[in-house]
Amino acid sequence: MTLDATDQKFLAALADDATLSAGELGRRFGLSQPAAWRRVRRLFDDGVITGRRVDLNREALGFGVTVFLGVKLATKGRVSLEDFERAVSAIPEVQSVHHVLGLYDYRLRVVARDLADFERVLRRRILLLPGVGDVEANVLLSEERRPGPLG
Amino acid sequence: MQVTEIDRRLLRQLQLASDMSTGTLAERAGMTQATCSRRLDKLTRAGIIRGQHARIHWPALGYEVEVSLRITLEKTNPRAFDEFLAGAREVPEVMEIQTFLGRVDVRLHVLARDMSHYQHLYRSQILTLPHIAEVEALVQMAEIKSGEALPL
Repeated sequence: MTLDATDQKFLAALADDATLSAGELGRRFGLSQPAAWRRVRRLFDDGVITGRRVDLNREALGFGVTVFLGVKLATKGRVSLEDFERAVSAIPEVQSVHHVLGLYDYRLRVVARDLADFERVLRRRILLLPGVGDVEANVLLSEERRPGPLG
Repeated sequence: MQVTEIDRRLLRQLQLASDMSTGTLAERAGMTQATCSRRLDKLTRAGIIRGQHARIHWPALGYEVEVSLRITLEKTNPRAFDEFLAGAREVPEVMEIQTFLGRVDVRLHVLARDMSHYQHLYRSQILTLPHIAEVEALVQMAEIKSGEALPL
């Protein structure tokens, strides 16, 4: 889908705040409510917007530690990849899993209450996954999300 | 503010399907719509809900390649981090910037239209950033789990 300048403004506004109504978007960018609604609808229908990401304050909810893990599988093959993916996705503390090409096979984002809790997740859950080999952990210190190549 | 078990239930449901209506959300969290709206407001004002962001499916806009760049910096210069990060913020294709304690100092999540676009970006905008000691690339093949939900 190609976006015109107004679509790009809509997309950037919704990426910043997905709770904006068509009415609010229309007022902001000088369109009627129905015209704004049609543009929002089209962004969803054409698969440009696939849902929402809720940004919660991790620390306030008791999750003090986020760790990015690079995981290499010790044994490879179709079956073990699927087994690994199913098992790793089922761990609640594992927030995201990406299959990657490079030094590691998977990139995981893991959240824990503190370092002791992370150690428990690592030793009792992640290191016991089927086929798991080398694991590298990097503890998250800061994070920023950028708007991306819009406009 | 004190986050109660009821708030946690609401946040769990919100993470599961954040684009449902307040009505559906209230029903699933087992409360009235008015209570639900009030609690969401309160959680937002208290900074527990920091924001809700539309998830953009970049391939639909022609961005087919995602690469995770793991970077170590030359730490002899005390301004290395600040100068590197300021430069990285100027590159529109950089979607995420994380700093770490570990073997990797910084991670950049980079979008590109295709491999030749990526190659161009990498040479002209990434490798030219200041104070890079080492770069490793992980090319994303598939997203297996996403959403970054907290295990509440």
